[in-house]
Amino acid sequence: MIDLLGDQPVVDVLTGLLLLAGAAFTFIAGLGVLRLPDIMIRMHASTKAGTLGTGLILLAVAVSYGTLSEASRAIAAIIFLLITAPVAAHMIGRAAYRSGVPLWDRTVVDEFRDRRPLPAPTGDDSGVSLPAGSEHPAEVRTPAPKPPS
Amino acid sequence: MNTITHIIGSWSVGVAITLIVVAMILAFIRLVVGPSLPDRIVALDLITYLAVAFMGVFAVLSGHSAFLDVAIVVALLGFLATVAFARYVERSHARTSISEDRDD
Repeated sequence: MIDLLGDQPVVDVLTGLLLLAGAAFTFIAGLGVLRLPDIMIRMHASTKAGTLGTGLILLAVAVSYGTLSEASRAIAAIIFLLITAPVAAHMIGRAAYRSGVPLWDRTVVDEFRDRRPLPAPTGDDSGVSLPAGSEHPAEVRTPAPKPPS
Repeated sequence: MNTITHIIGSWSVGVAITLIVVAMILAFIRLVVGPSLPDRIVALDLITYLAVAFMGVFAVLSGHSAFLDVAIVVALLGFLATVAFARYVERSHARTSISEDRDD
């Protein structure tokens, strides 16, 4: 019932351009996730380009249908993606950083370098990566039987 | 008269589907070879975004607006899965760290 192709040239060309832009951004996201060296840089490619690409494609859906119901659903999906994608990316990044995933060799700034576990072969090591409150009792509890020197 | 816009519309849909499928294959490669568990979680997150994008393109292609609802539900499920995986990684690492402290 909806003649998408051929009846309205402006809508068709705009839909095509938005689809191509969104697909290009999602392709860049996939390429970056495969090729970049580090999990933080891979998340940079994945979240930003993935969100922008998916948002452009949903905007193309809204432009293509042009009715209020489908456009409002597409824009609701875009807003949902824009709200939830940074939360998910932040949680993955924090979990990866605290669990001691090794960073890139040429990483410039790592401000918690001293409190981070070294990239051990087993993947984790002593409890220096605990949250800030529970770190000091572990250090106090261990040398407690010995006399302080 | 309408053939040019028709060609642009169908061509762009085909190219978009091809690019999304190639990106999904690349993300699957990262999912298989990812050295650590958070790498695989990032790849799964990207695959969810790509599935949402694919359903958007397919809603344009097929003319059924029900795929838009499917895309919203897949986005919600992907967010919940990512949050659950991230909490699993963080809590499992904290638990092993505490048990190693007790062993020492």
